[in-house]
Amino acid sequence: MATIKIPPVLRASVGGEKEVGASGENVGEVLRDLAASHPATESQLFSADGELNRYVNVYLNDEDVRVLAGLETAVGEGDTLVILPAMAGGS
Amino acid sequence: MSPSGAELLRRIKSQIDEVDPSEVHELIDEGVSIIDVRGSEEFATGHLPGAKSVPRGHLESRIEGAVPDRSTQVILYCASGNRSAYAARTLQDDLGYEHVRSMTGGVALWKDRGYEVEIPRALSAEQRDRYSRHLLIPEIGADGQQKLLDAKVLLLGAGGLGSPTALYLAAAGVGTLGIVDDDVVDLSNLQRQVIHNTERVGVPKVDSAEESIRALNPDVNVVKYRTRIDASNIMEIIEGYDVIVDGVDNFPTRYLLNDASVRLKIPVVSASILGFDGQLSVFKPYDGPCYRCLFREPPPAELAPSCGANGVLGVLPGTMGLLQATEVVKLVLGIGDPAIGRLLLYDALGATLTEVKVHRDPDCPICSRDPDQITDEELGVFPDYEAFCAAAG
Ligand SMILES: [Zn+2]
Repeated sequence: MATIKIPPVLRASVGGEKEVGASGENVGEVLRDLAASHPATESQLFSADGELNRYVNVYLNDEDVRVLAGLETAVGEGDTLVILPAMAGGS
Repeated sequence: MSPSGAELLRRIKSQIDEVDPSEVHELIDEGVSIIDVRGSEEFATGHLPGAKSVPRGHLESRIEGAVPDRSTQVILYCASGNRSAYAARTLQDDLGYEHVRSMTGGVALWKDRGYEVEIPRALSAEQRDRYSRHLLIPEIGADGQQKLLDAKVLLLGAGGLGSPTALYLAAAGVGTLGIVDDDVVDLSNLQRQVIHNTERVGVPKVDSAEESIRALNPDVNVVKYRTRIDASNIMEIIEGYDVIVDGVDNFPTRYLLNDASVRLKIPVVSASILGFDGQLSVFKPYDGPCYRCLFREPPPAELAPSCGANGVLGVLPGTMGLLQATEVVKLVLGIGDPAIGRLLLYDALGATLTEVKVHRDPDCPICSRDPDQITDEELGVFPDYEAFCAAAG
């Protein structure tokens, strides 16, 4: 079970939680598991072709999965995934 | 019989090498060390460009600090060429400097020839007092304070993030603060926008901010831009600034600012806030990733609540704005490790700070190219964004 940190804009889709657990061997499976438990997150994370949306960054611990193996990046027990869309608020 | 003063000077001059001001003028940018051996008051009245001050009375104890390598070419000068002759003999015969020369005629002849002198700027007595806590820190000191006074920092927005940033940068003595904001102060701003106040509701934010800054520190020159930044004015507004502080509340302007600042190679200290959460990073063009390397595309409206008005904990922009101000001061002074290539995530409720790495994207549409290849038409462009924001109302 990995821990997923949920950004503010997605918290409503997971019942207000800041962190949720999800299972899987790699990043794609863990995020699919999240989407299965919380269907409202699916369209926010994945595009119609099953890829991660370009505006969503995902980090395995502190590293961007884009510089690892993307959705294929292996996830171990105790790893943390950070989901991060851009935020623009400033005022 | 002991020699007379004049005889001694003649003898000393016969034992050292001298150099004419015209030759020194040509050598000045060639890596020679130029040492002014006059007293510090004389140095303060004007010195050769790039010269270091080592008064003759402190020559033996201080020359190694100024010229550590004894094989360096050293040129000494004083007012007329006499004290520097004695000093040259000391460096050469007693301290083992290998290439020492004394400039004939001193700074008087230098000026007669019409060459430039630099007048060192000194902090006023009031400034020494005002910035005394900076002067006490070795990493800042008088040189660092002068850098702050010379710095030009542009704040995009005098709102939540811009308010604390502007106040602290003004207090720190950043000499020029540009402020871009087209809004007026609203009562609902005052829960967090601490540069404004109740009496100034309805007043343009740039004017209100200027008033607070003036009252805090008259050293600061405030440059006001009562406008919204857009593709037509951004290049003109940001050019010439050393650092830009991004506290804008919408994605189009963030992408626009990124593209223009990469083109002009101006570092941007960026933060954003929402609810109880804040993000911060420093985008230093070509040294680290840019905003587009981090966020390739803005999110759609339902994931971009910044399109409309949103709730934010009042103290959060204070926290994030002051992290920005800190990064600005570090960039101006050239100290520490700015948050380049790192995104800091602050969770106020959890009292946690998380950090993730940000890499340069080799396919970045902006910073993978040379700055002069980025055209006006490309600045701030991305698919369908206006439509997203319009849909969000
Ligand atoms: Zn880039």
